[in-house]
Amino acid sequence: MSARDDILAAVRRNLPRTDALLPEIPRFAGGGEPAVEYFRTRLELMGGRSMEVPTVAAAEATIGELFPDARVVCSAVPEIAGTRRIEQVRDPHELHDVEVGVFRARLGVAEAGAVWVTQEDLVVNALAFLSQHLVVLLDPAAIVNTLHDAYDRMDCSASPYGVLMAGPSATGDIEGVIIRGAQGARSLTVLLLTDSTARNTATA
Amino acid sequence: MTRPVDPAAGAERFLAREEHEATHDRLVWGLRQKRDAGVATIAEWEELRELASRIKEHTLAHLDRYLEQFEANATKRGTHVHWARDAAEHNVIVHEILRARGAQSLIKSKSMLQEECGMAAYLEARGIEVTDSDLGERIQQLSREPPSHIVIPAIHKLRTDVAALFARELGTDPDDTEPRTLVEAMRRNARPRFLRADAGMTGANFAVAETGGFVVCTNEGNADIGAAVPPLHVASIGIEKLIPRARDLGVFVRMLSRSALGSPITQYTSHFHGPRRGGELHVVLVDNRRSERLGQPEFWPVLKCIRCGACMNTCPVFRRAGGLSYDATYAGPIGVILDPGFDRSKYRELPFHSSLCGSCSDVCPVKIDIAGQIYAWRRVIAGDGLVPLAKRAGMRALGATLARPAAFRAAEAAAHAALRTAPRALLYNGLNAWGRGRELPAVPEQTFREWYLEHRRMS
Ligand code: SF4
Repeated sequence: MSARDDILAAVRRNLPRTDALLPEIPRFAGGGEPAVEYFRTRLELMGGRSMEVPTVAAAEATIGELFPDARVVCSAVPEIAGTRRIEQVRDPHELHDVEVGVFRARLGVAEAGAVWVTQEDLVVNALAFLSQHLVVLLDPAAIVNTLHDAYDRMDCSASPYGVLMAGPSATGDIEGVIIRGAQGARSLTVLLLTDSTARNTATA
Repeated sequence: MTRPVDPAAGAERFLAREEHEATHDRLVWGLRQKRDAGVATIAEWEELRELASRIKEHTLAHLDRYLEQFEANATKRGTHVHWARDAAEHNVIVHEILRARGAQSLIKSKSMLQEECGMAAYLEARGIEVTDSDLGERIQQLSREPPSHIVIPAIHKLRTDVAALFARELGTDPDDTEPRTLVEAMRRNARPRFLRADAGMTGANFAVAETGGFVVCTNEGNADIGAAVPPLHVASIGIEKLIPRARDLGVFVRMLSRSALGSPITQYTSHFHGPRRGGELHVVLVDNRRSERLGQPEFWPVLKCIRCGACMNTCPVFRRAGGLSYDATYAGPIGVILDPGFDRSKYRELPFHSSLCGSCSDVCPVKIDIAGQIYAWRRVIAGDGLVPLAKRAGMRALGATLARPAAFRAAEAAAHAALRTAPRALLYNGLNAWGRGRELPAVPEQTFREWYLEHRRMS
């Protein structure tokens, strides 16, 4: 018998007798604060930061102010040029020298201070991990309260890769001292596009 | 019969350097306190525990079906699914995947399953360079030691230990013990290895049957580097990691990091559903005696474990003795109930490496009755005639005494008196390993029975 059939047969032989039904997951309300404010404090707790900018054009200017000396800014956002276009990148290794990576997130999760980003947003997934610093654009209307809400909304299986990212890379492996910038990004800045809500509702 | 591990001797080695014990105790207990603060932010915590426990129980009761469903959906997404009966098969499969693609170097993120399989040593013996990408794991790898904690692998080390290690291995300044400098040194050393790796390996925290995807939780983003940079990603997944639906992730992701570190989520919670653009994805589903455990009416609930480490952080024995003292893949309370299932003779001492205080059961997010399982293992091992020597003489007397209430009461009163007069001689007589490195708490004025009788009279 193949290993597969052996294992499945052994599992079948040994299934525990329990009548545990698969429970429905109730709707949990979460924090109660306005989602955007809750998101911002939670993100800070996780080591990230957020700023409000009205538009994508303003976001581009903000990136310039935040990282005035950055030589390589790689952008996956069509409206933000950067110094390198992600669409031109053929192999993830080409991203080894990126100082600032820029992309959009689809969703924010307030209780976790996390943004949901997929392969479609990153184009090359390594952008989120080889870049020294990250700037993420997020529509504040796309912030949900709890992780339950997030899993209901985001269909985590729609893309081959999707990540809930809460702040930069971090470690507490040496005497529990939290250090940001362990192996991945050293910093994460979320730019909340305050005008996009109005625009989206206007065009909806 | 396998020679048993000797946790008391291991603990003694750890306790020999006092500053280690004090820092370890402080850090690990600090995690427990952070966990409490994290849990307190969720009003429905107990409800979540109940949900998590029921979802896991349900999945395990229908595991054959969910495994088939996972395999079918993963395959549809272009993931190659392999099955391994045991550790040896797992290692052969992984090696074959790497060999067929000419892979020479590998970066791996934390996977207790790969530790369980002894994978790194197996691959290294076949000429493959293996680099741990998690900082704590890398520290342990460079020290040629296994992880001492399933979440924070090098938590038993002081910053001075790490500085000395890095000075030797990476050429850093041995006097610079600043964690920030040390982390930066490792970042600079690791990057070139990440960039030249031919393959990335990860474990998985959850595998979702209905979608055929799996989820990896890390704080460093190191699993994602392994998945995103090299062209090949191989994930080792124990068959007990299955959950039915994507929605169930909401319950588990909310609980995992809060239980482990107190934070609302790990920095990265990564979902893999098929190979990334331009990449190749393999999953190895591993049994390694899990199916056998499934058939043990007393012990199958341990398969619900999500490896959060909360039971370790709260355990008074783990905190004082350190993870390496268990001399096993899994340390702490979870190790005490997992390890004997792999080798009952070798790990027969572990269930006695516990005070049965029950704190582990209280913090477990999936409601495993850990203390009950420890006790059950003691019975199994006693039934094998494998009770540790130091305990056997005392236990026989204890068994006889507990069986007769009058004798118990007499013994209790006598013991109480004895404790006040000559406790050290009795407890620290060299036969009782637990006396080593421990001081007795102050003896209360009354025995419990006296207290109980008095209070019953009063009420
Ligand atoms: S037994 Fe429970 S508390 Fe311990 S690691 Fe597993 S899930 Fe966490």
